Amino acid sequence: MAKMKALVCRECGKEYPTKAIHVCEMCFGPLEVKYNYEEIKKGISRKKIQDGPQSIWRYADLLPVEGPAFLGPHAGMTPLVRARNLGAYLGLDELYIKNDTVNHPTLSFKDRVVAVAITRARELGFETIACASTGNLANSVAAHAAAAGMRAYVFIPGDLEAAKVLGNLIYKPNVVEVEGNYDDVNRLCSEIAGEYAWAFVNINVRPYYAEGSKTLAYETVEQLGWRTPDQVVIPMASGSLLTKIWKGLHEMKTLGLVDDVRTKINGAQAEGCSPISTAFKEGRDFFKPVKPKTIAKSLAIGNPADGYYALKATAESKGAMDMVSDEDVVEGIKLLAQTEGIFAETAGGVTIGVLQKLVKQGTIKKGDVTVAYITGNGLKTQEAVIDAVGKPHRIQPSLASFEKTFKMGKNGGGDA
Amino acid sequence: MIKVRIPTPLRPLTKGQGEVDAQAKSIAEMIDTLNSAHPGIKDRLCDDSGELRRFVNIYVNEEDIRFLKGKETLLKDGDEVSIVPAIAGG
Repeated sequence: MAKMKALVCRECGKEYPTKAIHVCEMCFGPLEVKYNYEEIKKGISRKKIQDGPQSIWRYADLLPVEGPAFLGPHAGMTPLVRARNLGAYLGLDELYIKNDTVNHPTLSFKDRVVAVAITRARELGFETIACASTGNLANSVAAHAAAAGMRAYVFIPGDLEAAKVLGNLIYKPNVVEVEGNYDDVNRLCSEIAGEYAWAFVNINVRPYYAEGSKTLAYETVEQLGWRTPDQVVIPMASGSLLTKIWKGLHEMKTLGLVDDVRTKINGAQAEGCSPISTAFKEGRDFFKPVKPKTIAKSLAIGNPADGYYALKATAESKGAMDMVSDEDVVEGIKLLAQTEGIFAETAGGVTIGVLQKLVKQGTIKKGDVTVAYITGNGLKTQEAVIDAVGKPHRIQPSLASFEKTFKMGKNGGGDA
Repeated sequence: MIKVRIPTPLRPLTKGQGEVDAQAKSIAEMIDTLNSAHPGIKDRLCDDSGELRRFVNIYVNEEDIRFLKGKETLLKDGDEVSIVPAIAGG
């Protein structure tokens, strides 16, 4: 029996075949993959996973594809870094960074979801792949499409960072820069998706695509030695990543891979675009869309598709949500770089800023095993920190010039 | 006259048309007008209490009506309305 049973509406429960659709035609609720867990449980074990490939595909039993990986054989299994220096600085005994800044091939967690989406899209017979993106997703779709020889259309807002624009063009997809913000791009793409038989990874293929994020939960648990963390801090744009990490943790319990899940799920946004965190802090279970204004462009979604479900997951887990200013985002990026040697993009600055805030508030405690999800690479958002990192020391090519600048003592080690 | 763009899941109700015309002075009135011409459409857009369903997004000339006056948003001749179910993305 197949591991995927159906697509099911998250609102009314109506079931649909596992095709490229994402909306319930009755109540317009979003569709989600429904699995046959009894069947999956028979074949899965810690040993089988550990013997699998060094990629997200070691969890193929829990991913919504029928056959083998068509694309993205190297996505995932990124390092879980024991962050001793940052932990000591914040006052945490056991802090880890799940480091997706080094995901393959395009340096963000989107390589996970695209590997799944494009594999499923191929299974469903699509030849053209598309997406609405704040940057990282477009880069990943463009790269994977090039490797697969598929036609690609990537739609991005008009104000993206230079490296994220270049990171599309180099693979030669059709790059469509829309005059507007991400929410404008997203709405337009919803309409385009209705007109053409393309696989829009985060529209009609979204039920499959979003499942790829669960691998961040599976890997974390496996890399912790089959333990679930006490606290996780997750950046939120649409809120999908947060809901899927929550789902992934609970699937591991359902399948007997871990005994219990007591993980508190914490969500992080930037003040300039915090519809979900604001709703949480005001005790609402619905959010008001906003017009984003933040340097954390990868999180700048004013109308988050999974905002409602992210609020639910955080509440169920007894976690928290918070937001930080753009200044704190820059400080968060620098803090992570200067304590752990990891250069995160702006979303990572948001995560570290909120982590710091939650520790200060006492929400995350000293002894809590804590994992912060760093989902993208700082080399893609250089504009955010370029004025905050100083300049190199420019000297003449002479020993005298060097020593004059650094005022070296006998044993070296002077500072400029 | 208002131009209304109809999403795929509602097209069975509009005989497959992706765009229909409506005569209305507000979004609420537009929904009633659409329902007279294409019976059943209101039930799909609104819940039992008559409020727009959580996952229905409506835009007037590209602007989300939640930034305007919601269902009471006024319409004028030549406006273009888009109905987008379960906004995706992210």
